Amino acid sequence: MGKRVAVVGVGMTKQRAHRPDVNGVEIINEAVRAALADAGITRAGIDAVFIGNMDHFEGINYMETWSVDGSGGLMKPVMKLTTGGTTGTTMAMAGYYAVASGLFDRVLVIGWEKNSESDTTGAITTAFDPFWDRPVFAGAVAGLALEATHYLHETEATEEDAAYVAVRERKHALNNPYAHLHLDLTIADIMNSPYLSWPVKMGDMCPRSDGACALLLVSEDRADEYPQKPVWIQAVADRHLWAYTSDPYGNESIAGGNWFASLERASRDVYDKVGITDPLKQFDVAELYLPYSFAGLRWMESLGFCDRGGGPELVLSGATDMGGECPVNPSGGVMSSNAIGATGLLRVADVALQIQGRCEERQVPDVELGLVTGFGGCMWSDVLILGKEKPEKAKG
Amino acid sequence: MEPVAVVGVGMTDIRKERRTDSFADMIFEAVQKALGDAGMTIDEVDNVITVSNDFFDGRTISSMAIQDACGSYNKNITTVEGDGTFGALFGVMRVLSGSYGTTLVCAHQKGSESESRLITNAMFDPIYERSLGIEAITSSALQARAYMNRYPVSEEQCAMVSVKNHGNAFKNPIAQLPLALTVDDVMASPYISDPIKLLDCCPLSDGASAVIIANVDRAKKITKKPVWVKGLGFCCDAYHLGDRDLSEVASLSQAAKAAYAMAGISDPAKEVDLVELYDAFSYMEPMWLEGLGFCERGEGGELTASGKTAMDGELPVNASGGCLSGNPVMVAGLNRIIECVLQLRGEAGEHQAGKVKTALAHGTNGPCGQSHCVWILGGDK
Repeated sequence: MGKRVAVVGVGMTKQRAHRPDVNGVEIINEAVRAALADAGITRAGIDAVFIGNMDHFEGINYMETWSVDGSGGLMKPVMKLTTGGTTGTTMAMAGYYAVASGLFDRVLVIGWEKNSESDTTGAITTAFDPFWDRPVFAGAVAGLALEATHYLHETEATEEDAAYVAVRERKHALNNPYAHLHLDLTIADIMNSPYLSWPVKMGDMCPRSDGACALLLVSEDRADEYPQKPVWIQAVADRHLWAYTSDPYGNESIAGGNWFASLERASRDVYDKVGITDPLKQFDVAELYLPYSFAGLRWMESLGFCDRGGGPELVLSGATDMGGECPVNPSGGVMSSNAIGATGLLRVADVALQIQGRCEERQVPDVELGLVTGFGGCMWSDVLILGKEKPEKAKG
Repeated sequence: MEPVAVVGVGMTDIRKERRTDSFADMIFEAVQKALGDAGMTIDEVDNVITVSNDFFDGRTISSMAIQDACGSYNKNITTVEGDGTFGALFGVMRVLSGSYGTTLVCAHQKGSESESRLITNAMFDPIYERSLGIEAITSSALQARAYMNRYPVSEEQCAMVSVKNHGNAFKNPIAQLPLALTVDDVMASPYISDPIKLLDCCPLSDGASAVIIANVDRAKKITKKPVWVKGLGFCCDAYHLGDRDLSEVASLSQAAKAAYAMAGISDPAKEVDLVELYDAFSYMEPMWLEGLGFCERGEGGELTASGKTAMDGELPVNASGGCLSGNPVMVAGLNRIIECVLQLRGEAGEHQAGKVKTALAHGTNGPCGQSHCVWILGGDK
């Protein structure tokens, strides 16, 4: 049986548009030092390092060996995973399995990106099939516009409903000194921002950021050795279902009754393991990888926070605002900061800090259980549940 | 460590160019072979690890290209970027975590579609090193020279590795480049980067592979011939070549130490029967054998010259022909594991190297063997 796994150290850089003062190894090191300091340990207290980013953003091949001066991995086991936008959550899950396996007690997981050094859209476009998709695929914005168009067609939702999400995320970010964008916006501001790819406007989209995040994950045998209260990983799951741009909107997905099938299946996988039947009531906070505003409506439906088409009513009710029934993205989320390889791991980090009660201005009261999602290329989904209570057994 | 076994293996032929095959075609073939070997259906695979590299594939999220073909639909899946030994090691972790009874690990590579020199140049520091033009071959040449300067290992001894491994490849139908060579042939081949000559180098290759890993309960149900994972270790040295003594093998020794400790091996030279290691260039074989503790430092060349590492020697090394006879990067490490599995089962066909009870598989990441991964596999639990 696997070991139970806890987060006991959290480190993140401030997310910024451009960090010309540090290179990639140095920005990684900032997050690593912060995580080690948080856990009250030095590099000697790490058994292995798992690190991820997206190769084509910084143009570094074998990034995991390139970065050992900053990651703390020198003369230690080092492994790289990369899954696109989900990379950050993938790192948390990799650390989970590495510790649960019993092979390592103390694993440092790192996600990072310096998008200021990248042609972000160019690099994302290369994710897609060179013959069938690439000639017509205009990067992440257009890919998401496809989903938004479908959503507006199938439901009563409006562009203004989505703008509410965009405003909420930016307002939440005002409480988070680590966020990249600090914007006090109105729905009118979003609606008046220029269209990037109908119906997605500039104000609906995430920025691209420089940043890094590191977490120390430890086994149940060592969880009490650290100054911060352990935050327990309750369950993890992912689904990466598709290879082509149009796959998520194919027959099985739509006619088959699915909305965002990978998110629906991955979330039900972890819900079943933890016993979640009413996510809106049972989760105290959610840090969701919402790269654009329409996701804050449609994906809430896929996550079971409301029925199909019920996203706008749920969100406009204030249930997902600070002070609502389940605040979504108190950190300001991805629409306020998006250092892509770090983004998913920042969601895990912020839920851990919420559970530890260390979120200061952005703290949600009395968080016991939190939900994390990661999103990536071709509509892939990672889902994790973190909690204050040690689970009865490892549930993977 | 709880017992974990390799229960199914599949390799495509390694070829210079598989022009009519996409990544997905190759992966589908490898996965089908592994499932067939294990006598399993894809429904019995609990989760999937894919191994690929965005640079070689020219694709961000390079695993997306094979998402459907690898059979991961509706399963938990993730992607390790690096040599297949690392990806498979993560597959073992997923089984040991208790979350999954079986893990499928697959890797693909099309060297024929890759600009290998530019891609391996991108391993180096973008400001200070890349503009020198340094890449896999030239950096390895620096290491080979440093190794030969410090230790009594000669170019001729390295050439013997090339002769041996290309010769072994004649007996392995999946190998790309069987060659009947003499030491003189290798020595007379043109220098690519002194002291590395053309026939000291692996070729560029296309290929894919898959392995299926299972916990003890599932392994017993799936196969009568499980091959057990006895020991694992991986370790990463310093990055900048100037920060390392390139003639030394610190991270390999450390990785080997961890794997031997787990496997309860105190004298590898006596207790390991066969080695499959990452020999992209001929000098690597003696150097890694030293790092793995099969002889003292500097004795690797003599070990080869003595014939002990030949297929009929005391310690057959790369009986498959090794990477010198076909090197689909990423896939290479998975193939090292698979070749060990076949040897342990006694199913390596013409390149079966006698009775093998304990075997060692090895892979590397980064320039000049910066990061190493060591597997000990055995026929008994």
